[in-house]
Amino acid sequence: MNADEAAEALPRLALASLILPALAVTLLTFLWPLLRLAGYAFHEGAPGGAIGADWTLVTWAKVLGDGWHHRLVLNSLALAATVTALTLAAAYPLALAVHRSPPRWRNTLVIVFVSPLLLSAVVRSYGWLPILGDQGVVPGLLRSAGIEPPPLLFNGTGVVVGLVEILMPYAILSLLAGFGRVAGDLEDAAASLGAPPFTVFRRVILPLSAPGILLGGLLTFVLTVGSFVTPKLLGGGRVPLIATEIHDQAIVTLDWPVAAVLSLVTLLLFGVLLGAYGRVIRRVEEAIG
Amino acid sequence: MPYPTTHWAGRLGFGLLVAVLAAYLLAPVILVFPMSLSADTALSWPPSGWSLRWYAALASDRGMVEALRNSLLLGAVVTAVCLLIAVPAAVALVRGRLAPLALLLTLPLLLPSIVLGLGLLIVFVRFGLVGSWPGLVAAHLLVTLPYALRVLETALRALPPGVEEAAASLGARPLAVTLRVTLPLAAPGIAAAAILVFLVSFDEVVITLFVAGPHLTTLPVALYHHVESRTDPLAAAVSALLVLVTLVSVLALERLVGLRRAVGGGGS
Repeated sequence: MNADEAAEALPRLALASLILPALAVTLLTFLWPLLRLAGYAFHEGAPGGAIGADWTLVTWAKVLGDGWHHRLVLNSLALAATVTALTLAAAYPLALAVHRSPPRWRNTLVIVFVSPLLLSAVVRSYGWLPILGDQGVVPGLLRSAGIEPPPLLFNGTGVVVGLVEILMPYAILSLLAGFGRVAGDLEDAAASLGAPPFTVFRRVILPLSAPGILLGGLLTFVLTVGSFVTPKLLGGGRVPLIATEIHDQAIVTLDWPVAAVLSLVTLLLFGVLLGAYGRVIRRVEEAIG
Repeated sequence: MPYPTTHWAGRLGFGLLVAVLAAYLLAPVILVFPMSLSADTALSWPPSGWSLRWYAALASDRGMVEALRNSLLLGAVVTAVCLLIAVPAAVALVRGRLAPLALLLTLPLLLPSIVLGLGLLIVFVRFGLVGSWPGLVAAHLLVTLPYALRVLETALRALPPGVEEAAASLGARPLAVTLRVTLPLAAPGIAAAAILVFLVSFDEVVITLFVAGPHLTTLPVALYHHVESRTDPLAAAVSALLVLVTLVSVLALERLVGLRRAVGGGGS
């Protein structure tokens, strides 16, 4: 396919008119709201969702000088680190199983493990209530084993359990993309040279799948920081995070400048993470060639 | 046999681990079905008896029924409008070298929905769009457009090379080539994009939570508010419904283009 010829087939003007509606939607529903939001961060909140007329850094000073908000950021980062580690650990064996399965099974397994991703987070969070709730499956099992169950719901435990499950499909997809370069004959070669299975895993499979692990880790971390449905429903208001605070300030307190500053802080965090990911992935790619 | 040297005990252990993790991943989704058939008023397991009472309760819950109708209608409208916008855009992205624009158009997928929702709320309030049909459609276009573009771009790039050139060299004008050769060949990709857009719209909750109003809401948002305030099996009946719609769509997606290609994640 000759790209130059194809590009010639449609003149510039035609191209522009084809893409214009999509650009208009992005401009009106994405760029403009984002700019307005950024503008709100530099105003002072007034009662009832109104804002002061003057440009000011008062709201930034208020948010950044408040220990409560520091705690929210730390809570979000700590939760994201925990969820990321557990999600990768839980997703890795499943991705490996898919990767090693016979080709006629592979598609079915991918569907089973990945399709929950398309289901609403509300449904997937709600699904944990009859499992972790006081009258639920897990406490029932624990009681029949003679153990008095600790509260598993409406606290940090419930949020971690739910988020790990909800984010697993993303990690599985990322890991599968990374496994693409782990060729089966490479494993066989290592094994036939006498390497025990665990050594093959540690010295061959794991390093080669590092890019997938990094991508899955980034996705999981970022999605956890941005998540708020699961922390709300499974945390029962006891797991305050930066995302839940943005929602509360926007919908309940109606202090939009504060919500806007917190949003920009979140975006800044995302930017830093993305930058760090870019640096690390380049090193890894160089190392494994 | 990928691992001729692996000991059988190691394989058994790995198999068990995979089974446990798969159960963990799928349990909440599967459990809503038996839960929705519970005869109890509270979420307890196992239920003391089975009944269809929560489906009856759902059918007579006017708020939920209206929310379901809204979700179906919104999904249909968003799918139609989104494809009308996305198909030409995808053609332009594939034909022209517009990489910076392509990045801009997918950017909404990379940012947290909660920030997008707040931005829309701030803009919508000024124009009275909160809790309105145009507002909901615009908000869902924002979320669905990147998905549609990705699926359509992949589908258009995968077309057999040379067919379009052949049509052009036989004298077909560019517009005719696009309408009579490119689009029919890309039909499965377009159908897949339609299903994915409907599904994303039908299941969207975070952004909708910001821009829906007390008089106009969607099923996932109604479910969210219900679960927030009460824990009864009614929500299980709604969830079962949502799972079924999603499952049917996923199977259709798989048939048309393959699920992995549709939801992204690279490599195939």
